[in-house]
Parts: sequence; C-alpha cells; structure tokens
Amino acid sequence: MTNPNYQLPITNIYLDHSATTPVDPRVVDAMLPYFTEKFGNASSLHRWGQAALGALDESRRTIAEILRAQSNEIVFTGCGSEADNLALRGVAFALRARGNHIITTPIEHHAILRTADQLEKEFGCEVTRVPVNRNGAVNPDDIARAIKPNTILISVMYANNEVGTIEPLAEISKIARAKKIIFHTDAVQAGGYLDLDVNTLGIDLMSLGAHKFHGPKGIGALYVRAGTPLMPMQTGGSHERNRRAGTENVPYIVGMATALKIAQSERDVTNARLIALREKLIVGILERVAGAQLTGDPKQRLPGHASFVIPGAIGDEMILGLDLAGIAGSTGSACTAGALEPSHVLAAMGYAADVARGALRLTLGRDNSEADVARAVDVVADVVGKLRKQ
Amino acid sequence: MTTATVVVAMSGGVDSSTTAALLVERGYTVIGMMMRLWAEPDSPTFQLGDTAPTTNRCCSPEAVADARGVAQKLGIPFYLLNFEADFKTRVVDFFLDGYARGITPNPCLECNRTIKFGALLTKARALGADFLATGHYARVREHAGKFELWRGIDPKKDQSYALAILNQEQLAHALFPLGELTKAETRALARRFGLRVAEKVESQDLCFIADGEYRNFLRRNIPASLVPGDIVDTRGNVLAQHAGIALYTIGQRKGLNLAVGEPLYVIALDAQNNRVVVGRVAELGKRELIADAVNWIAGNAPRDEIRVTAKIRYRATESAATIFPAPENGQGVRVIFDQPLRDITPGQAIVFYDGEQCLGGGIISMSQ
Repeated sequence: MTNPNYQLPITNIYLDHSATTPVDPRVVDAMLPYFTEKFGNASSLHRWGQAALGALDESRRTIAEILRAQSNEIVFTGCGSEADNLALRGVAFALRARGNHIITTPIEHHAILRTADQLEKEFGCEVTRVPVNRNGAVNPDDIARAIKPNTILISVMYANNEVGTIEPLAEISKIARAKKIIFHTDAVQAGGYLDLDVNTLGIDLMSLGAHKFHGPKGIGALYVRAGTPLMPMQTGGSHERNRRAGTENVPYIVGMATALKIAQSERDVTNARLIALREKLIVGILERVAGAQLTGDPKQRLPGHASFVIPGAIGDEMILGLDLAGIAGSTGSACTAGALEPSHVLAAMGYAADVARGALRLTLGRDNSEADVARAVDVVADVVGKLRKQ
Repeated sequence: MTTATVVVAMSGGVDSSTTAALLVERGYTVIGMMMRLWAEPDSPTFQLGDTAPTTNRCCSPEAVADARGVAQKLGIPFYLLNFEADFKTRVVDFFLDGYARGITPNPCLECNRTIKFGALLTKARALGADFLATGHYARVREHAGKFELWRGIDPKKDQSYALAILNQEQLAHALFPLGELTKAETRALARRFGLRVAEKVESQDLCFIADGEYRNFLRRNIPASLVPGDIVDTRGNVLAQHAGIALYTIGQRKGLNLAVGEPLYVIALDAQNNRVVVGRVAELGKRELIADAVNWIAGNAPRDEIRVTAKIRYRATESAATIFPAPENGQGVRVIFDQPLRDITPGQAIVFYDGEQCLGGGIISMSQ
C-alpha cells in the first residue's frame, strides 16, 4: 500500500558522486552480451571460453593503455577496497624477510587504514602515519624523513574522498624510487578525473574502483608494476597470473574498461565543466551560509568536489534535510555514514571534533547543471537555517 | 486530506510500522525515523555455543532492516539517527544512578520525556515536521485550548502511564493513532497493509540490557554500588546478608534466603544504612506517599485536594486515592490511598487518572 498523495520532492538532484555514480548507458550496453550469449568462462578452452577471454584481454589492454602500463600489470579485483587490501597485505607478506615498515597517512580510506592497523596489530608490521596539513596535503619531506632501513612500502592516496585534496604523488614517488621502496596509491577517487600515467606519477601499485567513474559496482583493479613482489591473498586457480584467484567477472571487467575509457577520453571537457560548477557551488555556499568554511585544498582538489564544515549544524541532520528536499549529499565518506565519531580525515587536518561534526560534502557529476547548483545552494542555506533554530 | 508532515518513530515492530501505514493512508506526508539508542555490547566472553544474547536489545540489524523494509513498502523516506550519547546519559545513567541511590527508576518514562519527545521531536520539528507519531496505545484530545492525554481504548495495552510526563508543548505535536485500536485490530490492520512484521512478537523489558536481566546489568555496570550488608526486620534484628540493596525490590519475597517460618517480604530499602528491611505481609501495606516532580498535563496543579485513581507501576491495577497539594515540596504532592498498597516503590512513577483521562504523574519519593 503506497499513498498516491505522497509528495516526492519535485526535482531530485544527485550531488554524491564521490560515493558512487550511475552506470553510463554505453557501459551497460557493452556489458550486456557477456551475461547471456557470451557467458563463457575465460579459462575454458572452447570457443565460449575464448570469447570471454578475448573480452577480458581487450579490457585489460584498454585499462593498461590508459595507465601507460603493460596488460599483464593489471589485476582485476572485486572492488577498490580489495585492491587496497591486496596491495598492502600482498607486499607486506611478500617482503616480510626484507622489512616490516609501512609509511602511510592518517587520511587514507578505511580500506588502507584498517588493513595497516591489522598488519601492525596482528602481523608484526610497523606503521608510520605521516601527518597532513590543514588542507589535507602530505608534505613529501615528511615522507622522506619517515623512511627507515626496514621500510618496504609507502601508500599515499591520489585524491582524498572526504575533502578532495590531490596529493603530490610525483614528488613522493621520486623519494620512494631513490630509496627503492614500493609506492602504492589508492586512486579510487581520482580514476575518472586525473591523469593515471603510472610512469609520470612513478607508481608501483595503483588501486581503482569502477563505480566511481560511471562503471558498475563490484569490480576494481590493482595495477602491479612488473617485478613488484606481491603475495596473493586469494589463492586458487591461476587466474590473474596467480595474483588473484577466482573466475573472472567478465561482464563487469568489460564494464570497467568501457567506463574508464569514456571517462578518460572525455576528461578535459568534463573537468572544465565540473570545475566551473564546483566554484559556483563553493562561492554560493560560502556566501549564503554564515560561518561555512571550505575544507581541503581550494585549488589542488578533485574537479567536482566541494566539502565544507558548517558551524551550528550536524552533518547527518543536514543530509536528512537535503534528502527531504530531494538533494543527495553526504558528510564525508559513505562508508562511515551513521558513525558517531567525527571524520578521521578532518581530525588529521586539525579540525576540532565539534567543528568536524558539521561536515558536508557535495560532489558533482557530469549530469549536473547550473540550475542544480543554484538549487543546492538555496536548499543548503534553508536547511542550515532551520537546523540552527532548533 | 491533510497536508501535515509527520515523523514516525519506527522500531521495526508491528505497532510503529502500522502507525506509519495508517498515517500514510490518512494522507500525511510521512517520514520514518529510527533511533539508534545505546545498548550494552555483547559480553566479551560470549563464545560459540553460548545461548544467543537476547534479541530484545535496541536496533538490531534485523530490526533496522524490518523498519526500512516497511518504509520502502510504504514509499516513505527512512532515516536511522544516532541518539546513543543522549540516551546513555539521560536514560541509562539515570537508571544506574537511581539503583545506586537505592531507588527503582523507570527509564521508559525518562526516555519518552527526554529522548522520543525531547531530542527526536526537536529534530523532527527542525526538519520541518508538524508532528511526531509513535506506536503508543494512548490518545491525545484537544479540548478548550488544551491537549489532554487519554488512555488507549485497549485496556490491556494502554500505555498512558509511560506518557504521563509529557507537557502541553509535547502533546501538541504528538500523534498516537493506535490509541483508538486494540492490539488485535493493529495486527489485523498490519496484515491488511501487507506488512511482513504483522506477526512479530512483542518486545519486552528494557531495551538496552544484553541478557535481559537487570540485576546482571547492575553487577556489570555499578559493581562499586553493590555493597553487601544486613537484611533486617522492622525492629532492626539482623536476619541475613544481602549482596547490595540495588538487587532487591519492594514487595520481593523470592531470593531472600531467609530461614524463617512465615513468608517475609522486602518492605524498604534503607540506602543510608545499606540495609534491606523485611517484614510480614501485614507490614507491607502503606497508605500514603509523597510524589516529587509531578507533571500535570493540563499545565497547572489543582489548587485543592482531588479524588483520582492512581497507578504506582506500569502493570499495577489502579487504586482510589486523594491527592493533596504539598506546596512546601515544590512540584510535589501527598497521595493517600483508600486502601493500603503492598508495593509502593520509591523511584517508580505514580500516575493519576480521572476515569479515562490521564491527569499526570510524578516520581514516588517516600511512603509511610
């Protein structure tokens, strides 16, 4: 029984593209044959298997080209988190005879943070978490200073999910390279928007997740530079060159490759539009909501990413108010929604807990318009006004 | 057709689910909200093979899924809000502090006053809602510019006792659609609405205790307040030892381990001297009590003595009584029952009725 009189908000505006994105219809079209007529197992010898293997190879090549990598350096995983897990644990276990020290930052996604915590607590690793500045940026000199003789891995995210700050990967990689330390980056948020050339960036391991760039959920990849020691975490058949066992999810892999290709080929145009919209959104909110502050780096940030702290309002309550008005936003990470603790990212950036509770993240995507931004500014101002009165 | 917006406090149970469905049917713009309240974590010693902990604790993933499923079926938004910190301070700590002081607090009334019709109502209003609805079996009536609280029409389910602490402002924004229904009618409606929670069993007892046993909860949380002492008779003779007065309640007979011929009952908890006082059934009855912090729903206390019926526990039967204003005692009153009552318990609420109408209530502070 659903009430026919129930009033849905007139316009729904999705401003949570850092949480996930809709799958591009072109991606869906590319995926569909691999569920039905081309359903084969890529490990099978017959023509059904060969059709699947062909698609798998093609997808791997597509992604490798975008990363300026070799096909055999791409390992498909179940998601970005799995890629992060494989990178950290895989290197730590493979190199346990050589060293046990890992350098990372306190603003990583939980897929890195909790994996590092577990390696530290349960598997005898030593973890240094290098601080970030007020904008959420790592200072490469701090990384250099943290290096010890037993350091085996540095992991720094490409762009932060909560505040959008882009980290100086190329500078950090020079330091890692000079000391022959493996350098991993979690590029899940960056995948659709930033340059993924692993050579100019100097990356040995890179995590990607398809659903952040209009691909399907449930598929990710880890770039593994040839020669990088990596112990498989999931053992079984010889899939993915023994680095990740399990029948390849061909339709999703095709979807991921198609989505990444579209996103990267349209990147310049999309980014220019998103940056213009983002600036309107930021200016609008800073003007209309007294006391609001932008969090993260004002310039070195993801194109569609706007994040704030808003005094006198609690993040989750703003999200509810926005949702009731038909606008999707978030407080920070969708993975921590509903948690009581203020964001670990804002805490690491030096925001006091009571300020961090007013976190609001609005992330634009390629379907958003200027009208969406104008309406979002109006609604945020209205909702914050009401919440401040309670 | 109304255009009012109402937040329904949902728990995943049949009552709050049917409340939401009824309000949707009546044309309200309905928003489902579920409160995540503090609940005791599983015992760290819990291991494979142990009896599963009670499923009664607040906000199990299954309960949240049930509530969300109902909201989706009704096509209404649903939000899980975190009230753990507020609930812990205002309700759980209130409960523990009361026991530590030797009284028997009722946390449900405090939750209704400060959490449901406190923090949640405030948020609902801030988000633009006109009303907060719950699945309580009670009725609100507007009469001569005032809001009155009436019993639910199902005498077995009436929950006005737990709402007697609400004030005019809270009642003005309260909706209790189930007050007009019996529990059987609610279930029938739930079936008609096709809610899969229609046959769900009632929740019981305190929602925040892991094993459903409040004495164990006290042992785990306020061990320092459980000081062994004497069990004495009314003349002060020591009969046995107790394990901490918080573990005893007025009227209790079982578990005293007294080797005395005639049955003895707890008749008082003497916190000052850390003694449990026991007596014969004849010594148990009291006719008079003082109640503090009385909430008069109409907003003002009666100037003269009034005749009422009164309930001294949620499940007690009512007794005829006369209330005398006790202005020397702030918002307190003196209540004299026509007949002595066996288990007047300091800390519990006493709630007053005039027929079907609930007049208000207070907290029992002492009896004689």
